[in-house]
Amino acid sequence: MNTAVRLNYSHPPARPDDLPDFSRIAIPEAGKYDVPPLDLKADASRHYAEGLIRIMDSESRAVGPWAERIEDVNPDQLRLGLRDMLRMRTVDKRLLNAQRQGKTSFYMQGIGEEAIGCGFQRQLQRGDMNFPTYRQQSLLVAADYPLENLMGQIYCNHADPIQGRQLPNMHSARDFGYFTISGNLGTQFVQSVGWAMACALRKCGKIAAGWIGDGATATNDFHSGMLSASVYQPPVILNVVNNQWAISTYTAVASGAGKTYATRALGYGIPALRVDGNDYLAVLAVSRWAIERARSGFGPVLIEWFTYRVAAHSTSDDPSAYRPKDEAKAWPLGDPIERLKSYLIRHGDWSEERHVQAEAEILEEVIQIQKAVEAQGTFVNPKPFSPSAFFRGVYADLPEHLRRQRQEMGY
Amino acid sequence: MPTMTMIEALRDAMDVMLGKDPNVIIFGEDVGYFGGVFRCTSGLQAKYGEERVFDTPINESAIVGLAVGMAAQGMKPCVEIQFADYVYPAYDQITQEAARIRHRSNEQFTCPLVIRMPTGGGIFGGQTHSQSPEALFTHVAGLKVVIPSTPYDAKGLLISAIEDPDPIVFLEPKRLYNGPFYGNHSGSSVGWSSHPAGNVPEGHYSIEIGKAVVRRPGTDITILAYGTMVFVAEAAVRATEIDAEIIDLRSLLPLDLEAIEASVRKTGRCLVVHEATRTSGFGAEVIAEIQQTCFWHLKAPILRVTGWDTPYPLAQEWDYFPSPERIARAITKTMEEA
Repeated sequence: MNTAVRLNYSHPPARPDDLPDFSRIAIPEAGKYDVPPLDLKADASRHYAEGLIRIMDSESRAVGPWAERIEDVNPDQLRLGLRDMLRMRTVDKRLLNAQRQGKTSFYMQGIGEEAIGCGFQRQLQRGDMNFPTYRQQSLLVAADYPLENLMGQIYCNHADPIQGRQLPNMHSARDFGYFTISGNLGTQFVQSVGWAMACALRKCGKIAAGWIGDGATATNDFHSGMLSASVYQPPVILNVVNNQWAISTYTAVASGAGKTYATRALGYGIPALRVDGNDYLAVLAVSRWAIERARSGFGPVLIEWFTYRVAAHSTSDDPSAYRPKDEAKAWPLGDPIERLKSYLIRHGDWSEERHVQAEAEILEEVIQIQKAVEAQGTFVNPKPFSPSAFFRGVYADLPEHLRRQRQEMGY
Repeated sequence: MPTMTMIEALRDAMDVMLGKDPNVIIFGEDVGYFGGVFRCTSGLQAKYGEERVFDTPINESAIVGLAVGMAAQGMKPCVEIQFADYVYPAYDQITQEAARIRHRSNEQFTCPLVIRMPTGGGIFGGQTHSQSPEALFTHVAGLKVVIPSTPYDAKGLLISAIEDPDPIVFLEPKRLYNGPFYGNHSGSSVGWSSHPAGNVPEGHYSIEIGKAVVRRPGTDITILAYGTMVFVAEAAVRATEIDAEIIDLRSLLPLDLEAIEASVRKTGRCLVVHEATRTSGFGAEVIAEIQQTCFWHLKAPILRVTGWDTPYPLAQEWDYFPSPERIARAITKTMEEA
């Protein structure tokens, strides 16, 4: 009998009664990595896939070759990035409170991950399409999606562009490059490849960006998307947001014995980069590089954005049950807003006073919009849609059996 | 008017649509250079090029998932699942994605695609090459489910399906690919060249999805069938003295309730025939609708003749699916009711 055979069960380094422990995470110094050529091949990308591209050092300086690639980015653009992130965080805070007040059924925050969506979106062009998960509202906010529409969906009221048909966070905004979100994890990843293939076939010059969380890389469609991208080489950017938690399940359960998510792409012949997702400058630089690469016809690329989910998975989740209470405070890559703020202040392009003022202005803006949207109904004070509405759009035209059912309902 | 097999008619439909609309695109396992294991797409890649007709990896979820992305972007994919039995890995993409995208996005995005798949048994394909999964798809809001029984219908319905703004599961009864099959044990199929429905017009024509067709008018009993079972039912009726009306449903979702109700009110008797397993099969749905709307017109209980509730047996497949004899017995039983 071979008693040496044991299964492996992955565990996080710390549970609620432990001290937070991020000691296993290797953090290379900022500026360490070169900028690869746009036609980077998978074989040549291993050190990027195993490493971590960072621009901002601990002294809030932008260092290294990637920093040089965004030297043309002016302070206005960075202040815009800071504003995007502040707006996103303010919206998150206000809507979390609204959920606690019973004004909406459900909410999912993106706190700590704002830089990824905000930085990426500002590099896209109109007509490019994101295939997001439920935690990429930052893509919408940085696309200047009207907060009225975003909040309307949270409250399921008449400002909701999709008429109360989806969970609050599952937005759909074609004109803002945001594909309709599925609750079934991973399905959008292969769809993004199909969209990108259509872009190539129709020669429309646009690209697609697939988004998936670290936990959802375990789904079939992560691999379906990777394989399809590998075979057909369409203009797609395959993004893995590694925030280390799939609800309560630690990232190592999805990653298995794999070193990083980025290295998975190498087996498919797809080049990959791993990036500090809390470094707005790094997000901006790598997004710009990847988007230029895709548009130039060099095929797919995978980016693992390394970050940390500060908040609960959703308002139905309680992270204090499975991880240390102060884990977020110990997270070594910091807060994206604080880091960009410090960078701007160091360069004389921002100040503590202006930051406080900006926060107040944004809060006021969000509150005003929120009040106006809440006036159109909330879960506490609903102004429901006519039930006849959900019979529309099942098909292009209403078939006979749905007409009969609508009639049976009395509409 | 040329005579065609169903395979040729389906190929002709794709040929017409590839020529007509540059957004139409065909892909799936083996469909490109080789032309598909049933040769349905034979010659199309040579004619239209690899960008319009191409091979995919063996990954059904990818085939449909890619098609969803392409359709949402504005193309009209017509993809092939090599056998209906292989569709399950793509079930999520079909039922929760393709079927839902129009509704959940409030029509910001749409998903006009066709998923073709050979269905049913009778070719000694065993458990994994003989299944009839139509009921799994008719239960899904947002899908349309079509199943032709003749080359004429196959071409017209496939053209309609490709032009349709909604996602369509297009089931092809593979036992009918090369000719009408009357279902006798000794018999082989009869060539479509000797059957009127083998006459297929050239060029573009379409058949409205959602409309049934009367294959044999009659006054004594209504037999509702689709796919291969239309021909098996015809053989059964020939063996009886009964003046049965055979309706080929053609489209299961949406279903032509008006045609069904009109016929059942006329005959007062009804038999539903399908090859798929019985429990929760499509026959149950049809019968439930009929008893709701036609109950007071019925002279006898509605029966159904179906495949048995077992996995599809390879060596005994002729005992599995409805035979003319089983159908004839059911007709007789229904007629014997007062």
